[in-house]
Amino acid sequence: MQPELASARLSLPDLARVASVGLRTRRLRAALSALGIAIGVAAIVAVLGLSSSSQAGLLAEIDRLGTNLLTVTNGQTLFGQTAELPLAAPGMIRRIGPVTQVQYTGSTSANVYRSPYIPAVETNGLAVDAASLGLPRAVGTSPAQGRYLNAATQHEPVAVLGAQAASLLGIDRVYPGERICITGTGAQGTAGSSSASSACDGMWFYLAGILKPAVLASEIDDSVLVGFPAAKRWLGFDGHPTEIYVRSITSETAAVQTVLAATSDPEAPNDVNVSQPSTALTARADAQGALNSLFLGLGAVSLLVGAVGVANIMLIGVLERRSEIGLRRSLGATKGQIRTQFLSEAILLAVIGGAAGVAAGAISTIVYASTKHWTAVIPASAWAGGLAAAVLIGAISGLLPAIRAARLSPTEALRTV
Amino acid sequence: MTEAPTLVSSRLQSQGPIPVLELENVTKSYGTDPPIPALQGVSFSIGSGELVAVVGPSGSGKSTLLHLIGTLERPTSGRVAITGLDAAELEDRELAAVRATRIGFVFQQFFLAEHATILDNVADGLLYAGFPATERRVQAASALTAVGLGARLKARPPQLSGGERQRVAIARALVGAPAIVLADEPTGNLDSATGEQIMALIEELNGNGATIVVITHEHAIAARCPRRIQLLDGRVISDTLA
Repeated sequence: MQPELASARLSLPDLARVASVGLRTRRLRAALSALGIAIGVAAIVAVLGLSSSSQAGLLAEIDRLGTNLLTVTNGQTLFGQTAELPLAAPGMIRRIGPVTQVQYTGSTSANVYRSPYIPAVETNGLAVDAASLGLPRAVGTSPAQGRYLNAATQHEPVAVLGAQAASLLGIDRVYPGERICITGTGAQGTAGSSSASSACDGMWFYLAGILKPAVLASEIDDSVLVGFPAAKRWLGFDGHPTEIYVRSITSETAAVQTVLAATSDPEAPNDVNVSQPSTALTARADAQGALNSLFLGLGAVSLLVGAVGVANIMLIGVLERRSEIGLRRSLGATKGQIRTQFLSEAILLAVIGGAAGVAAGAISTIVYASTKHWTAVIPASAWAGGLAAAVLIGAISGLLPAIRAARLSPTEALRTV
Repeated sequence: MTEAPTLVSSRLQSQGPIPVLELENVTKSYGTDPPIPALQGVSFSIGSGELVAVVGPSGSGKSTLLHLIGTLERPTSGRVAITGLDAAELEDRELAAVRATRIGFVFQQFFLAEHATILDNVADGLLYAGFPATERRVQAASALTAVGLGARLKARPPQLSGGERQRVAIARALVGAPAIVLADEPTGNLDSATGEQIMALIEELNGNGATIVVITHEHAIAARCPRRIQLLDGRVISDTLA
């Protein structure tokens, strides 16, 4: 009879049981050495998750606000002076076929103060702009409090604050009769005859509302908006628009963009700047990833330290478990089976650490994203990459200990007690 | 699988049943410059069902002999054959398979896994022999019953006395019915009364057909075995059958 001497292969459950012996019997040690890898993977997953989530949040915001907004601003003349947009520019732009909305603002040289007691130099850098009536809808904002200018109030000394302007002026709510003091060329007199308080150097304007932040047109956030007729009447404004907001049919936006400069100022199209705010924001969303490399580097260092920890613990384990190795060899384990056992143990240890790290990174991403009202996005490359890195680290750091364990002669292993 | 070419010829010559263990002029030296001999020209053979004591003082070569018989080491020269398979003709993987299926070891220090039940400890005796897990447990339970621990399958080694632990180790060596069981100082870590019980168990198991080699330095232990091989300075000085 021919003897069959095939060495049996361990089944997968058997291998899993054998590979986890060391981890089950030395739990604290296993947990501590897995911790290094967990921290590294968590850092990588969280960094990638947070940047993806914030990017997704920003892109969702841009999407909500629409990508069909174009802005026209006055540029500079050939001689370096500030150019002026023609008074007729908004009307001409409105005649471009696919254009659906045209709104505009015009800069005045006025300054704004909460009260006359504020020193004149403390302007807070706030601009006073004349604004058309449909502006909030065109730039994707709306009043947070009170209301925007209307056909009646645009003729009166009534102002609406941008979000940032309101906070710089220290105004967080609108109440009837609330006023701000606007000083500028030609701004003289008082709003209403009942003004009993101290004299405003310029002109008292009643506050009608405060706008929400305008993501696509952040210059409006820093502005105090008044009606065009009111600006002309009290602030010495000449009526030329300085910024025109153009909404068009989304599919035609590029075509509109090409003709916008020539339409705005047919005489000097080169003096006109045309831009698409959403593209700038999209670029900003893409650029956010650049900061991540530092944190990813820190995560990689942590992973490296974790790998050294695993290798160290496995080497100690091999020394401690000589008699187990000797016993297994005498029970019929081949060198290869001993090697596989210790290699699997190292990989298992690293994968446990990696899985814990992915979970921790994902949870911190979800928690942070929810506080920012973003959709939590954890890219597949982050969690799959984290786990793959853990497997790789386990394999590399377990290789030397596993080879040592397999090379140990069984008689030597049995001799030591 | 590779088969030793010498196997066929030796079987033809001997005509009778193949001995479980054959040693022919076995020499083992350690080191190279100069080589220190641990065993010199050892020859004997053990048939199926024998109970043999290998006895000698420390340094006589007992442990080396155990390792050679157990195929944990290869001889420097000479022939070691387990159930007719020449160890020199087998690769490491094949030797591992020989250990997994044909040789059982009992150690002085028991070498039990403390976190596992004794059932799992014994079942692990078959781990590398290719049996499915359920089959391993069935055989382990019957081996534990054979050594008198059938009622405590779920106990863990720390809950057991030294004698009981050695019974578990013996059950692990016996499980799967190997051709030969090698017991290295099986009573060395036990008091004399417990050692007596272990020897009684070994005799009983031998009575049931197991081939057992007891390696010991105690002549009292050796005296209980029908056949005694005395070693001194790496040589067999007597081989007596009671």
